[in-house]
Amino acid sequence: MITVENLTKRYGSFTAVDDISFEVTPGSVVGFLGPNGAGKSTAMRMMTGLTPPTSGRTLILGRAYRDLPNPARQVGVMLDAAAQHPGRTGREVLHLVGMTIGVPKDRVERSLEMVGLTSEEAKRRVRNYSLGMRQRLGLAGALMGDPQVLILDEPANGLDPQGIHWMRQLLRAYADQGGTVLLSSHLLHEVQIIADDLVMIGRGRIVARGSKAALLGAQGTRANSLDNDALAVAARAAGLEVSGDRNGLLIKATPEQVGRLALEARVVLTDLHTTGSEALEDLFLSLTAPDARDHVAA
Amino acid sequence: MTAVIDPTTSPVTHDSATVAPISGIPFARLVRVELRKMVDTRAGRWMLIVMSGISALMVAALVLWGNSDKVTLGDYVGLTSFPLMVLLPIVGIMAATAEWSQRTGLVTFTLEPRRARVLLAKILAGVALGLVVVAASFAAGALGHLVATTVRGAHGDWSMPGQVVLGFVVAMTMFVVQGLAFGFAFLNTPLAIVASILLPTVWSIVGALPKMRTAATWLDLNRSMEPLMSGSMTASAWAHLGTASVVWIGIPLAVGGWRVLTREVK
Repeated sequence: MITVENLTKRYGSFTAVDDISFEVTPGSVVGFLGPNGAGKSTAMRMMTGLTPPTSGRTLILGRAYRDLPNPARQVGVMLDAAAQHPGRTGREVLHLVGMTIGVPKDRVERSLEMVGLTSEEAKRRVRNYSLGMRQRLGLAGALMGDPQVLILDEPANGLDPQGIHWMRQLLRAYADQGGTVLLSSHLLHEVQIIADDLVMIGRGRIVARGSKAALLGAQGTRANSLDNDALAVAARAAGLEVSGDRNGLLIKATPEQVGRLALEARVVLTDLHTTGSEALEDLFLSLTAPDARDHVAA
Repeated sequence: MTAVIDPTTSPVTHDSATVAPISGIPFARLVRVELRKMVDTRAGRWMLIVMSGISALMVAALVLWGNSDKVTLGDYVGLTSFPLMVLLPIVGIMAATAEWSQRTGLVTFTLEPRRARVLLAKILAGVALGLVVVAASFAAGALGHLVATTVRGAHGDWSMPGQVVLGFVVAMTMFVVQGLAFGFAFLNTPLAIVASILLPTVWSIVGALPKMRTAATWLDLNRSMEPLMSGSMTASAWAHLGTASVVWIGIPLAVGGWRVLTREVK
């Protein structure tokens, strides 16, 4: 359980994190989504006591992070996979974590196994690791204390598509057993795969939040079929709002409703999806658009 | 690469929190971890290898070319101190700055958010490592002396005044702590190394000016350490050492401690 209350961080006149509040409940994987520089990492550092907040607070399992007696046994944290001493081996990094927090030695092997790092890879120095391997090592470090809560900053960064699906499975199974997961990402696509709920921030403020289904499905359903005219007639007859263009129809209904309509009208559907991801993508892009960076690129 | 949690055999049990109350991290364990961190990287290990290598070379040189009839055990041990004087502060600096320059502080300070404990553990670990190195240099000196007396047939003076032993141990401990203090104060390895060498040297030069003589005797750490190493400490020498230590170890440690405790870890 993570409770973020009115968390704010100002650096002089610049507000990095502006009064954000949200909750992550056990059993869920929440994606903290926002473009680079939106304040995700600053917020996560405040949650874990590395950066003092200007105001507001975070409670993890009912306590401030600093007040947890041996925090890693309750909260697994990975804030930057690249922040490892390049001269240590992967196994040594985990061994140090295990030694500090006081878990049995075999926990190192189990953590390695969970993140899919082989014994050979663990013997190599972190200097020679790819970003993906560092992410796995960082995650293994976070899992060392068998925590109930995970706080991960950009855990999927540097993973290949296969790796992202692997992480989704891992975190999903973790949450299914009652774990609480908060992870950040600057890629909508990535977070869409891994998370159940989304908290989207831009310029330090929360701009959207809710379950993935609600956020993605809010706009309606885009459908294409072999006979769009017939489908549109059927939808209007059912009292649904319909608009259309040459790419298909936009119907204010769930994909299931549209699917049933098509079935009843005996129309062959060729495409059926919620338009939410497009709307979310638009919102996401609009967050970055006024930035100078974008204009330079354009 | 496709490890997935199996609910029946999963190591992610969440049991520990509910079954046993979680206690804090014992301080002794933090010290052991910090000690291990000083020697488990290539840089740390090479530092120790270089230190012992140079010491061994110097001892060997004394065995080969020294006037073995006049050389005492104290001379051998004293000789090993020169490389240690230069390198022990660097060991301290590296231990203090690694969390920031390699950014491992992101892990260290999330595992133990009470940073003052980590800071203290680092200092104790540094002192412990320094003492181990000192013990090793005693052993190297004794070995050299033994070789000289048996192989070269020197008459073998095993004397080493207690004052020298004490001075040696105190001085080496101070060098490590000074390194740590400079490391904490600068939180940047090259900067701290340059500062820890340059600042005292500059001060020694300034202290040589006629008008600065008095100030120099009280505030020059190198100079006030000389009687310590030669075993000729007097009451006023201890006083000089005390004031110089406050300036060259106490102040950087206070500044560094404050920085480590309050700085944002990124």
